[in-house]
Amino acid sequence: MATFLGINLFGLFGQLLVGLINGSFYALLSLGLAIIFGLLKIINFAQGAMYMLGAFAAWLALQYLGLNYWAALVVVPLAVGLVGVLMERFLIRPIANEDHLYSLLLTFGVALMLQGVFTHMYGSSGLSYSIPEALSGGTKLPFMYLPDYRAWIICASVVVCGLTWWMIEKTKLGAYLRAGTENPQLMQAFGINVPLIVTLTFGFGVGLAGLAGVMAAPIYSVSPDMGSNLLIVVFAIVVIGGMGSIGGAILTGLAMGVIEGLTKYFYPEASNTVIFLVMVIVLLLKPAGLFGKEA
Amino acid sequence: MSTHREKLRIDDLHAFYGESHILHGIDMSVMQGELVTLLGRNGAGRSTTLRAIMNMVGRRTGSININGTETINMPAHKIAHLGLGYCPEERGIFSSLNVEENLLLPPAVRSDGMSVEELYEIFPNLYERRYSQGTRLSGGEQQMLALARILRSGANILLLDEITEGLAPVIVQKLGEVLVMLKERGLTILLVEQNFRFAAPIADRHYVMEHGHIVEEVHAHELEAKTELLNTYLGV
Repeated sequence: MATFLGINLFGLFGQLLVGLINGSFYALLSLGLAIIFGLLKIINFAQGAMYMLGAFAAWLALQYLGLNYWAALVVVPLAVGLVGVLMERFLIRPIANEDHLYSLLLTFGVALMLQGVFTHMYGSSGLSYSIPEALSGGTKLPFMYLPDYRAWIICASVVVCGLTWWMIEKTKLGAYLRAGTENPQLMQAFGINVPLIVTLTFGFGVGLAGLAGVMAAPIYSVSPDMGSNLLIVVFAIVVIGGMGSIGGAILTGLAMGVIEGLTKYFYPEASNTVIFLVMVIVLLLKPAGLFGKEA
Repeated sequence: MSTHREKLRIDDLHAFYGESHILHGIDMSVMQGELVTLLGRNGAGRSTTLRAIMNMVGRRTGSININGTETINMPAHKIAHLGLGYCPEERGIFSSLNVEENLLLPPAVRSDGMSVEELYEIFPNLYERRYSQGTRLSGGEQQMLALARILRSGANILLLDEITEGLAPVIVQKLGEVLVMLKERGLTILLVEQNFRFAAPIADRHYVMEHGHIVEEVHAHELEAKTELLNTYLGV
């Protein structure tokens, strides 16, 4: 067995890969949360449920419409995004002027309801979704075996996150978004339809969760509680990265996945808590988060 | 038809922030190419008048006619597209955007806005600092940026709120020159101003406000005769 300084390299790289995969999902989900929080100051507790909805939608589309993985990759995020648009327009906007606690409770309620409905209809044991044929192979690397599907997830997530970052930080549309966050009233006075931007942004952030759901379907089992398990970790990541920081959410998502993977190798008992430990340390030393701006 | 077209006409305008009734029936009008000021003490309702025109107050009633279009029931984001450019008292420079992004931010509301090159020529400081974070600029530079970005949008009715406040005399003078230049180009300007000595030589007319009412209208040629009256109202 290949070892280096007494470290089992197969085991280490294996856990690093698992960490990167988890990190890819963390990044996609926390990116969506950071966008929604950044622009709307809404703490969207339904983000995990939207991820679950994405996975179920992919499964249902295959089952009943014969829509394969690649089609689902395009259609499902749009559909989930549409759910987000409707949710913002008809549930969140009416309470937009209330305390943020209201939208937090509302989205939490939506998440529980969705989870309840899917548990009722499909049980809680989980459904399986097979890896698309084109990505079912793998590559043998010096210290590990890299399944194609996992490589695809990491690449796709990095590309989607990178594009989203570029769109928000470098384009005109992104400038509207950033400025609308800072001073919505003045943006209205400049002639920008801020409520429309808000709705579409919410839809986009939620659509990202839907996309993550489709990508997760083949490797995690499709189950009603898949989102709620992830949500708390993702919130911790957004806090570590700095609430509302787009780049911070992406980098922290990937980094926390890797840290979790390393912990799994060196001290498995702590792997479920390490992210929260990091969160506590960051909050104590830099309350605005690693990439957040001090208020 | 008269040679001077009415660009802005306000009749019996009332404005409210929540329960507070701020404007109590304002009547005023501004002709094309005119530079009109709103004078008065702090809290007289001058800034609120501008904000009410942009539909940035809680509630408003009465009539606000811009370029012949009634806007009292128009959503806020449509008003700018009638050719209005608003420069808020706090300047509203976005810290998340650099200088050039700030300059390019407001969408074009008319087709003949000034070009970025032209604006950099008028305000060379902005060109030198175009990649700086917007709020890193000095107060004077921020004011120039706030003015430049609405000029780029092509707005031909400018609502300017206290643009000289807290600025060094040399910058105030520069802003005065720019306003005169804009007036020569036929832009219509409604200016809220504390600095009467800045406003007097460049304005065509003045409205004096007190407690949410317009209490006096003074034409430029009446200034000398009404100096004492103005002093009483403005407490200078």
